[in-house]
Amino acid sequence: MQHDDVIWNTLRAGTCSYKVKTTTQDFCKNDYNVYGLCTRSNCPLSNSNYATVREEEGVCYLYVKTIERAAFPAKMWEKIKLPKDYQEALAEIDRQLIYWPFHVKDRCKKRLTKITQYLIRMRKMATRRQKKLITMPRKIERRERRREVKALLAAKLDNAIERELLERLKQGTYGDMYKFPETAFDKAIQDEDGESEVETEEPSTSKESAKEKKVQFVAAEDFDESDSSDMEDYSDNDSSDMDETESEDEEEVALERLKKSRPRVVIEYEKPKIVATKKN
Amino acid sequence: MGKKVYALNKAEVEAKRKAKEERRKEREKINAPKQTPRTIESTREPDDTWVDPEDDEVKEDESLDLLSDYFARKREPKVLITTADNPHTKTIKFCRELKQSLETAEFRWRNRMPVKQMVKAASKRNFSHIIIINEDHRKPNGLLLIHLPKGPTCFFRLSSVKFCEQIKNRAKITKHKPEVIMNNFNTRIGHTVGRVLTSLFHFDPEFHGRRVVTFHNQRDYIFFRHHRYQFKNGQKVALQEIGPRFTLRLKWVQAGTFDTKYGEYEWVLKRHEMETSRRRFFL
Repeated sequence: MQHDDVIWNTLRAGTCSYKVKTTTQDFCKNDYNVYGLCTRSNCPLSNSNYATVREEEGVCYLYVKTIERAAFPAKMWEKIKLPKDYQEALAEIDRQLIYWPFHVKDRCKKRLTKITQYLIRMRKMATRRQKKLITMPRKIERRERRREVKALLAAKLDNAIERELLERLKQGTYGDMYKFPETAFDKAIQDEDGESEVETEEPSTSKESAKEKKVQFVAAEDFDESDSSDMEDYSDNDSSDMDETESEDEEEVALERLKKSRPRVVIEYEKPKIVATKKN
Repeated sequence: MGKKVYALNKAEVEAKRKAKEERRKEREKINAPKQTPRTIESTREPDDTWVDPEDDEVKEDESLDLLSDYFARKREPKVLITTADNPHTKTIKFCRELKQSLETAEFRWRNRMPVKQMVKAASKRNFSHIIIINEDHRKPNGLLLIHLPKGPTCFFRLSSVKFCEQIKNRAKITKHKPEVIMNNFNTRIGHTVGRVLTSLFHFDPEFHGRRVVTFHNQRDYIFFRHHRYQFKNGQKVALQEIGPRFTLRLKWVQAGTFDTKYGEYEWVLKRHEMETSRRRFFL
């Protein structure tokens, strides 16, 4: 026995497994629901006469249910294949549901429209290029970042670049662009023969003779005892002199420093000698 | 309990230190040569594909491959730089800075153009390379480099991007053609990648511009740096960075132009099969 109202009243009370309640509206998860809403007229269970449109692998079918077949659940739905052409499909729905109420026909047509639209969209997207999403495992990313940092430290980039540039200079890549005194070239070649690992330190080692005396001349003890004003002097001069090897400036600075220092420093005798050696 | 362990350790440490000192003294006595430190580089697993650039066979291969036109000084580079769909500020900025340092490059908006179509169009317009910058979380994270017209194609992971303005004491960029330094590209695949990267720059650098671009490979990470240099004397160089900086890591190489579906992969970094040892490197 089919009693639509009895079924609907039972379902509405909250025992329908297809019902999805939200704050604004109730929805229906039943595949045969034409609108997807939980209302009396849209419920595929509590309507003995019902029609809907479904899509199976790109083909649309009209599903019709009538009261006569209510006793045979296996044969309940009449499945009618709709033509591919949209207009023809609409006409087919009209023809099949000719004596049915307007709202049933209208809802089926609206559903057909929607399905046709999403099929078109799907086909279009399939032909267009697709983005490929890939995973970025956090652990791997972290490892790669860490190894990158270590590789960077091991690379000693500036040294490598400088070495390569000097190599090119020696090979004569730059032609006549750079002219340095002959001795510099000779030294560079000598260093290359010996240990050429650290070029940055070489300038200091090359002037050893001058430097030994210079160390005495600066007088470490003196420096330790000197007051803050001397310290400032020292640091100022230092910053200006350190990177460039302009010997004359250094001498002047040294002279100044000597004048300021305490009288117990008796190394003034050596000064002219140093000047002489340095100018070489 | 804890104290006991500590005491033991301390004794051990002391013993080790003494032993080390003794060994050092002994070596000094007999004037033994200085030992080289064991680093990851010095203990690197040997690779069968190490290439000697002076080898005749290698030279012949090079003269026949797809990049030979550039190295024979017949074809000047002309680079097209573009982005993935819908780029954001940092990616666009990166492209512009890359364009600056490449000198021969041109930046174009992508306009949702498929790569394959772009390859065709660009080869028709006589471009020699396409660079596509991919982005993730609004930051550049991938670099696709296609050599035209017939490949090869390399894809790199892009990381540690530092823009020019983030570099302190940077030098101003000039419009001279830069020199290129390629360091440590030793294996066959490394050699190929190195050649592709070199071919991005003009083969006749303008030496008076004193610009130098470096691709330094260390443990498969390729560091890009861009400097201005100055020879202080015959043995000292001063460097001033121009920027940008970034790091590349090779992910795959295709023999032809970009075709991830049917294209032939020359080399792919497979983590589980290949990254089995810390001392094995591929470039």
